[in-house]
Amino acid sequence: MAVKVRIPTPLQRLTKGQEVVEGKPGKVIDLIMDLDSRYPGLAERVTENGKIRRFVNVYVNEEDIRFMQAEETEVKDGDEVSIVPAIAGGTGKVPGRGI
Amino acid sequence: MGYVRGLKCRECGRQYPVEPIYVCEFCFGPLEVIYDYDKIKRAISKKKIEKRDENLWRYKELLPIDGPPQAGLYSGFTPLVKADNLAKALGVKEIYVKDDTVAHPTFSFKDRVVAVALTKAREFGFDTVACASTGNLAHSVSAQGAKAGFRRFIFIPATLEQSKIVSSLIFRPYLIAVDGNYDEVNRLCSEIANRYRWAFVNINIRPYYAEGSKTIGFEIVEQLGWRAPDNVVVPCASGSLLTKIWKALKEMKELGMIKTMNTKVFAAQALGCNPIVTAIKNDTDVIKPVKPQTIAKSLAIGNPADGYYAYKAVKESGGFGEEVTDDEIVEGMKLLAETEGIFAETAGGVTVATAKRLIEQGYIGKNDLTVLCITGNGLKTKEALDERMESPIFIKPNIESFEDTLKEMRIL
Repeated sequence: MAVKVRIPTPLQRLTKGQEVVEGKPGKVIDLIMDLDSRYPGLAERVTENGKIRRFVNVYVNEEDIRFMQAEETEVKDGDEVSIVPAIAGGTGKVPGRGI
Repeated sequence: MGYVRGLKCRECGRQYPVEPIYVCEFCFGPLEVIYDYDKIKRAISKKKIEKRDENLWRYKELLPIDGPPQAGLYSGFTPLVKADNLAKALGVKEIYVKDDTVAHPTFSFKDRVVAVALTKAREFGFDTVACASTGNLAHSVSAQGAKAGFRRFIFIPATLEQSKIVSSLIFRPYLIAVDGNYDEVNRLCSEIANRYRWAFVNINIRPYYAEGSKTIGFEIVEQLGWRAPDNVVVPCASGSLLTKIWKALKEMKELGMIKTMNTKVFAAQALGCNPIVTAIKNDTDVIKPVKPQTIAKSLAIGNPADGYYAYKAVKESGGFGEEVTDDEIVEGMKLLAETEGIFAETAGGVTVATAKRLIEQGYIGKNDLTVLCITGNGLKTKEALDERMESPIFIKPNIESFEDTLKEMRIL
């Protein structure tokens, strides 16, 4: 058994379309760094200077990690981690591109 | 052409063109309108502004539109009332009330943001405007959208009070009552906004819409004779209004319209929905969501989208925040009505009661010039006062009964 990580639509391009990927138990920040080694680019979208970005919410078993130990929150086998953009609508379907 | 340079992510700074978008594709931060201030400086002056019509479009160079205004042609430029009676009651020298209880056409400050949102929606070529709302925003989009000739979809929680439903329905929008709470309505609207090419004023038009709130700040400065107040007390729901008033004051300084700006910005919330004030008091920029439980329904956003930026604005300005109970809110409404003849909605009660506390605690000085932002009309939230008012004095239809009453009241 591993940690189940739910990837939001706009980041699924990085996970080759997978909505759920498997991660390693440990601290949330280490879990994301480990995912980045398999899905390069994921970490810079979700974190900045070792911290989860302000407008990215991370939930462990539906609890917001900001109200646990934030990036240091420990996840174990069988836990479910969800990465969710804080502003609804960040689904990648919005028109227009960065310049 | 207008004076907008584009959109910029408030978090990572990535820039985007002027489009109906609102989230940074890279870091998911919110997008904000950025301007060419050098160009604006050359285009406007205090004299030029003063000669214009008395509505919010007198500051049009500082609003994110390209062509002529398309909606809210009579919105904004509400009175800045010198509130000497209220000041006396609160034991300070100078208080002004920025009175959006008389905003045109639907009696709340939302008429400002909707004026800008609908103008932008037209520029983008939308024929349908929409919003999720429990009150003031629904009324304003329904009304202004009718005048401007948009098809309108208004999404509300099905349990909303009948009086609020009527105030939208009269304008004949498509009023969609969703079987769910406000958060669920909001989530549904985000999905709809992704699927249909509609202008959701507070979703995909939000970066433009929110700029309309700046006009409160511009008007305060102009109506004080081109100077910034010492303090401004602002009610907080999403935190956007406070953030934009702070931005407006900084823009006035940047453009040289005022020489100095040392304004402290204060956040006002109800104790039953206080995530922003809690962050300010605990000195942390993590906004912890709450489950709202207050009579100030127009402020009942438990997970405020701009909470972090409101927190930052308050801290940057050297201000503070305070929270008040439902009883204090009602007392605040009564005090404003009894002293200044202004009937504000519950949010106004929050602002007045918060100011009272801030004065008592010394955060607002006795000799300061303080502006209270009163953002909506009391006739909209009458039900909040049910069973909280004294009853009238009942008499028989004869002069003896009347004079007996006067004697009882010791007036004769």
